Amino acid sequence: MKTKILTLFFITIFFFSFLIFYKGLENPNLYTPSFTSKKKIPSFDAKLFNKDILISSDEIFKKDKFYIMNIWASWCVPCKEEHPYLLNLSNQNNIKIVGLNYKDNDSNAKKFLEDFKSPYDIILSDKDCLAAIEWGAYGVPETFLIFDKEIIKKFIGPLNTNSLLEINKFIK
Amino acid sequence: MKYLKYLTLIIFVFNFNSLNAQNIDLKIEITKNLRCLICQGQSVYDSDSEFANSLKLLVEKKLDEGFDEKEIYNFLKDRYGEWILYDPQFNKNTYFLWILPILMFLIGGAIILKLFNFKKR
Repeated sequence: MKTKILTLFFITIFFFSFLIFYKGLENPNLYTPSFTSKKKIPSFDAKLFNKDILISSDEIFKKDKFYIMNIWASWCVPCKEEHPYLLNLSNQNNIKIVGLNYKDNDSNAKKFLEDFKSPYDIILSDKDCLAAIEWGAYGVPETFLIFDKEIIKKFIGPLNTNSLLEINKFIK
Repeated sequence: MKYLKYLTLIIFVFNFNSLNAQNIDLKIEITKNLRCLICQGQSVYDSDSEFANSLKLLVEKKLDEGFDEKEIYNFLKDRYGEWILYDPQFNKNTYFLWILPILMFLIGGAIILKLFNFKKR
């Protein structure tokens, strides 16, 4: 009787361990930081793209206004994918788009904007990626929807039709 | 007076070097305890990815600005979540993680003691 209980006990433990590890296989290997609540935008200084002027976040983001902060680079393929969506947003009057050029070569970035048209109202340069880290970003593209100096939504990866609908829902 | 000037200069240079060395050691220690989020199973110290290199630069900058180890961890935890730290802090989400090995050790010890006493008898 005792051995039977022990065998059953070990089989149950084995079964549950197997189930936990098997379920774990379905989880993505790469970690994406969760975004659950509104956060104040970080305060940082960055250089304006192609200019030698330092600008602070307080000068860029004003109260009671919607902003899109988009982290992009000319070498990033998904950035080309999301570009039409940013252009679509740039046609709207109640939102300003701020671009953060991430670890990029100036001439390549300039050519990218000439080829695909710039959706940005302000472009900042982030050669060493320190400004992107202030925003909690770890790659490109990443997009933040900001209102009243608060991040209200974060999009990791390229924008798509759904994200555009979501942004429009907020700003309308 | 001239010698005093030289002496002050030498002391200053040596102090600066030791301060710099301390910061380098601390930077290595901190980056070893940070998880590289875009590479698998590597610390920021071990990784050579763009993200890891930027984090190394950030840690260096924060140390120069006078941040201490805990403040740097808190800064990064605030932005990337607790996952970025290899050494999770003791809080309500990690009670089980921290207490389980101790519990297992105690239960194991109790079983061994019981068996030992049983054999003795």
